[in-house]
Amino acid sequence: MKRDPVYGIMAEFDSATALVEAARKTHQAGYRRIDAYSPFPIEGLAEEIGFDHDEVPLVVLIGGLVGGLTGYLMQYWMSAVDYPLNIGGKPPHSWPAFIVITFEMTILFAGISAVFGMLALNGLPMPYHPVFNVPRFSSASKDRFFLIVFSSDSKYDPAGTRGFLQGLQPRSISEVPS
Amino acid sequence: MDEPYKATVDTEAPVMEPGYTFGTVTEKISAIVLTRPASNGWFVGFGIAFLLTMMMLYAIGYLFLKGIGIWGSTIPIGWGFAIINFVWWIGIGHAGTLISAILLLLRQSWRNSINRFAEAMTLFAVACAGIFPAIHVGRPWLAYWLFPYPSTMGVWPQFRSPLMWDVFAVSTYATISALFWFIGLVPDMATLRDRATHPVARIVYGMLSMGWRGSARHWHRYETAYLLLAGLATPLVLSVHTVVSFDFAIGIVPGWHTTIFPPYFVAGAIYSGFAMVLMLAIPIRKIYNLEDFITELHLQNAAKVMLATGLIVAYGYGIEAFMGWYSGDRYDAFTIWNRLHGPYAVPYWSLLICNIFVPQLLWIKKLRTSPVALFLLSGVILVGMWLERFIIVVVSLHRDFLTSSWGMYYPTRWDWMTYIGTIGMFLAAMFLFLRLLPAISIFEMRTLLPEAEVKE
Repeated sequence: MKRDPVYGIMAEFDSATALVEAARKTHQAGYRRIDAYSPFPIEGLAEEIGFDHDEVPLVVLIGGLVGGLTGYLMQYWMSAVDYPLNIGGKPPHSWPAFIVITFEMTILFAGISAVFGMLALNGLPMPYHPVFNVPRFSSASKDRFFLIVFSSDSKYDPAGTRGFLQGLQPRSISEVPS
Repeated sequence: MDEPYKATVDTEAPVMEPGYTFGTVTEKISAIVLTRPASNGWFVGFGIAFLLTMMMLYAIGYLFLKGIGIWGSTIPIGWGFAIINFVWWIGIGHAGTLISAILLLLRQSWRNSINRFAEAMTLFAVACAGIFPAIHVGRPWLAYWLFPYPSTMGVWPQFRSPLMWDVFAVSTYATISALFWFIGLVPDMATLRDRATHPVARIVYGMLSMGWRGSARHWHRYETAYLLLAGLATPLVLSVHTVVSFDFAIGIVPGWHTTIFPPYFVAGAIYSGFAMVLMLAIPIRKIYNLEDFITELHLQNAAKVMLATGLIVAYGYGIEAFMGWYSGDRYDAFTIWNRLHGPYAVPYWSLLICNIFVPQLLWIKKLRTSPVALFLLSGVILVGMWLERFIIVVVSLHRDFLTSSWGMYYPTRWDWMTYIGTIGMFLAAMFLFLRLLPAISIFEMRTLLPEAEVKE
């Protein structure tokens, strides 16, 4: 597959308010393959660019259930099936004593799922990404806010999209090479 | 009624001094790592801490050579310094998780300027704590037997033992604390990657940032994961010291076999942890000129948490004494008498002075806002909490049911070298952390600025 030499067009804004405003207008204008970048999380920004399904909670729930089951069944199998030991006359399947480790394993698996699930869903780690080709983008981790329309968007056309972004009164506009 | 209310608001110190922008917050915090040269004071401090770490390694090396006979722990006091220090360190770690997770859930935005180094403190404290049980097992090269792995011996760990629960609780705690800390660092690593001028720094911070670019989708998932992690860490941190207290409370030794232990251990953990947070925060904010970010408000809030948890601890001591009398059990009653009048009466009375009487000074607002007073009081509390664990471990064990099995406990120089050495290791790690990673969460500080708010 031949890659488009242009990855998208990027507009730079001064404030969080301007970025949210611009993201809303771009989405309303019918652009769907867009993204917004900010130096800190902005509430509601993801919704403005059309992000509506966050799978992280489901991943964590599954991780927690797997962890809890693993913890309990491991103890049950080891203490009651594989090598039963008489400890102080307690039954081999002494479930109250197994609760603590079941709980810890639930937390452990759920926590690991939260971190690595989030990274995987975000496609991280990603050593190369075209947005870093724009020199001004280094301020995206400090005090600037960026909006990009990807060239893969069906409504994208180089001149028209640039004109549209210009209408949002950004601080600057740059073409992002892939 | 409006006027007095307004007056109290005006005297309240702010979370952050006004006048900062996204740019200046970023520069101020990242400059500590990127541009500020290491001072002579840093080298001296790190050097001392490093030498103490070497002393610890020497003591542990000699221990491996000779066995735990070089320590003072012997029957009837089989636990000694190793368990005292383990409980002390792990308790100190708890404040970091409280600040980063519980205060996040409670939407206490003042946590944003102290959570990063408090979490680092947690990690280093847990690392120090983890050393002790591992070297206390007698044959430390076989410590991995604690984990359930399929071995040719065909046996499994004994899951009805609270010591086994502790293995899972502490290793889960260490893992989750490390993940929570790392994931909080990722956006700041991207900031350092974009600011660094040295090529090695750019590559290292670039790899640690994992290509973070601040996409709105990423932030959304990130915040969800961070919040869920906080929700998981909250019951976890309470469970860890509860399980540590089970190590004692499940046993039948007088002075240990009590139901007050879990809540009073957790409160004591947070008590000592906040004392350590203050002992670190007060010099750090002074030396690195961070008074604008770690303000009087943070010191006051930490002091109030110490006062509250200290009172819970005092209540715990009271209930212990009351139950010793009310149970009618002569061994329980004797344990209380023995604490007050026995051979370890001096450490016990010192403990009461350090943990209950002196911290009542925190009721005085003038002392709550004085960094020097808070630093000294925190030191007193840390000593007191160490003495508490000494009393719990040693005094209960040294005189139990049979007078024929009574004994005394005398720590040796190897005990002291190992203990003081872990303090050195903890400080050495803190010194390195301050120079290599942003000590305050930059992106969370940005969200505190008024301009971070989206105006409709």
